[in-house]
Amino acid sequence: MNMIVPTATSTTPNGTTRPQVRIVIVGHVDHGKSTLVGRLLHETGSLPEGKLEMLKAVSARRGMPFEWSFLLDALQTERDQGITIDTTQIRFRTRSRDVVLIDAPGHAEFLRNMITGASQADGAVLIIDALEGVRDQTRRHGYLLHLLGVKQVAVVVNKMDRVDFGAARFQEISDEISAHLIGLGVTPTAVIPISARDGDGVAERTPRIEWYDGPTVVEALDALEPARPLESLALRLPVQAIYKFDDRRIVAGRIESGSLSAGDEIVIMPAGKIARIRSVEGWPVTPVHGSQGAGRSVGITLDRELFVERGDVIAHVGTSPRDTRRIRARIFWLHDEPLAPGASILVRLGTRETRANVVAIEKAVDPGELSSVETKAIGRNHVGEIDISLAQPIAADPYTDNPRTGRLVIEVNGRIAGGGLVLSVDAGQRAVPVDIVPVESALRPDERSARYRHGGAVVWLTGLPGSGKSTLARALERRLFSLGGSPVLLDGDTLRAGLNSDLGFSAADRTENIRRLAEVATHLSRNGHIAIVAAVSPSADDRAAARRIADTAFHEVYVATPAEVCESRDPKGHYAKARAGALKAFTGIGNDYQPPTASELAIDTSARSVADATDEIERMLAGSGVLFDELVDLAANI
Amino acid sequence: MDHLDALEAQSIYIFREAFARLKKLALLWSLGKDSNVMIWLARKAFFGRVPFPALHVDTGKKFPEMYAFRDRYGKEWELDLKVDSCPPLETIDPTLPPAARSAARKTEGLKLALAKYGFDGLIAGIRRDEEATRAKERVFSPRGTEGGWDVRDQPPEFWDQFNASPPPGAHLRIHPILHWTEADIWAYTQRENIPIIPLYLAKDGKRYRSLGDADITNPVASTASSIEEILIELDGTKVPERAGRALDHETEDAFERLRVAGYL
Repeated sequence: MNMIVPTATSTTPNGTTRPQVRIVIVGHVDHGKSTLVGRLLHETGSLPEGKLEMLKAVSARRGMPFEWSFLLDALQTERDQGITIDTTQIRFRTRSRDVVLIDAPGHAEFLRNMITGASQADGAVLIIDALEGVRDQTRRHGYLLHLLGVKQVAVVVNKMDRVDFGAARFQEISDEISAHLIGLGVTPTAVIPISARDGDGVAERTPRIEWYDGPTVVEALDALEPARPLESLALRLPVQAIYKFDDRRIVAGRIESGSLSAGDEIVIMPAGKIARIRSVEGWPVTPVHGSQGAGRSVGITLDRELFVERGDVIAHVGTSPRDTRRIRARIFWLHDEPLAPGASILVRLGTRETRANVVAIEKAVDPGELSSVETKAIGRNHVGEIDISLAQPIAADPYTDNPRTGRLVIEVNGRIAGGGLVLSVDAGQRAVPVDIVPVESALRPDERSARYRHGGAVVWLTGLPGSGKSTLARALERRLFSLGGSPVLLDGDTLRAGLNSDLGFSAADRTENIRRLAEVATHLSRNGHIAIVAAVSPSADDRAAARRIADTAFHEVYVATPAEVCESRDPKGHYAKARAGALKAFTGIGNDYQPPTASELAIDTSARSVADATDEIERMLAGSGVLFDELVDLAANI
Repeated sequence: MDHLDALEAQSIYIFREAFARLKKLALLWSLGKDSNVMIWLARKAFFGRVPFPALHVDTGKKFPEMYAFRDRYGKEWELDLKVDSCPPLETIDPTLPPAARSAARKTEGLKLALAKYGFDGLIAGIRRDEEATRAKERVFSPRGTEGGWDVRDQPPEFWDQFNASPPPGAHLRIHPILHWTEADIWAYTQRENIPIIPLYLAKDGKRYRSLGDADITNPVASTASSIEEILIELDGTKVPERAGRALDHETEDAFERLRVAGYL
């Protein structure tokens, strides 16, 4: 999971490129990280001229033996205390790679610096003192690597000279740490016995470890892979800002995953507004042509004036992230004050910033001693799973779907205090239930029905595409209106352009589409209107759920026109496209339409006229008591 | 996307975050190769405009070529250029070695400019590979009210989420090219055709690798008379970039002391 330098190759003067990998070195304090880094730099011939001599002089002046770690611990304070305070980045080359080494401090106090360093790494070296073995901090670092998404971990067992290069001791440590890491879902790429001070196992396999036949540290680094491209995932463009420096209104941001081009139809989340990309703007040349992929910082213009703001996420229609106010996350906590339920926090996810509330804390644990489980609060340097409710809706993905839009940080008093991975987003639940106080209409249902001469109802027209649902729905709407009623048309396609524009055609999205239609229709019917829904709604389960929502107001009309007639009509050209393979997940071709078995009415529009069919629906509504018997001639009463 | 594209995209991201999250920004323009690349990247980020002032804290001791460059490109790039001078040497801590004391004038000049304009964010073109204390920097680096840098208490910074809420009276240093190397700077300068000060190119067997005040900066031995030759030279050299900068070498910790006090 690379963050700061998202690059896979580096420049050389003759134009060739070499893969570049970023490696973080982590482990318990005093297990020899800085020594290993110093030794690596020396062995790969990467030290600047005069550096070694300077360090020898510094050591001599202090009356100390030469220390490789002085190389990195360049700060005065560090030399005094003998610990590495902060992350240092340093570069060297192996045979096949350019390596950026991130030396992360091991002191528990400075775990935040270790995380700062490790979050930028493609791979990690976890160092263990052969004498001391696996310590709390070793396990803690292993856990954090897993949490940060660093999957390639090479383990080095250092200070083998202190245990007389004993193969048995090495094997013992190797088994323990391997079991720990594998338990976390991380398989070590190698476990290497070394002496960083003397150089055994670093660049060369010396006779003292002749019993070992695996790679040296340099060979293990050579085998690590650069970060994988994010372009294959769905488009995610978190909006950083809107610029209007001239007559252009440019939406600026970095493509976190996927790719985009001018002409693409996009959706702006969490609002769900739809637009097309008119152009990709650049400087000094504009517009920029061709596809722009993950990692690019771009500016786009849209084909219509929409309210877009920092924090929105732009995605392609049909593959957008969920919008939610409830997130479950696995986090690590770095702040002095433990994180407790009810805490008010600031959450940053992508470029969105929102206040939030910790609803519940589950599984708070010190990853150093995984046995002790507390659940009341998450202490400093501990990890846990939390449930948070957000003051504003946010567009997010579970991190398993998208590592870039599936992670967040938590800020306390203007400082990052923790961070973690989105385990799940709760799409259905928009707020904490206790916060919802429904407001009743000022009108009673009977006041409306007295005026409209009908009660509230949901008329749900289901059937294959082309069966005549929309035509019938419009005719019914016209008929009821001419009778003085209050019909409202809810056409599935129309609502997909707005309310439901964040939904695609997966089974889960279709279910959600139907749920929302049912909710809106039910709301209208409770307020005395007749909601006419025209939607394919192919799943019997989804329609059953809609009936549960609308309850007795629900009236299902099966528009049972034969499939071949529907296809011959093809009013939207969908059948033709689907036959040509250009329309995926189209209901009609194939057998995914589940016809109703107990609908209130079934109408075959190939066998009767629109007026005829409308009459029949009207009779059904009258028969069920929705329409009042005596239809009043409004004109006569004026 | 190649290596330079990736560096560029990351820097643009940082610029846009700074502009979105801080109220009063300025970009420190020292006229050297790094800050010229930085201005170029700012123009990329904001589609040709630099929407905040470029501040030159002038020691009055730069090379004439540098002043000529400033006057020409300040206009050509349509910068909102602010030039502020530094206090005299006599007012600077006399316990510092001579070159560091001279350089510390810039820190003091910077503090005066900060107080004068009320900037809450200063964008600076430092790089991790230049020097060991710079390697430890954050991208958004909080500074105390006195401009000091507390290396022991830096906030965590990960996944490109930056800490951008300086306490009242304090400011942030923003480092959009922290992740670049000297070779990257030259390769990008060449690719984008960014103008350079001719002092960087070899003349009579010497060239400047790093430009500071004329009295404390020395050229290094070199025959590289084009950017292409500079890149080849850098690929083979083990001489550190700041070898010609006297202030780095006076004492073991001279540079660190400067940086903790607020030097770039």
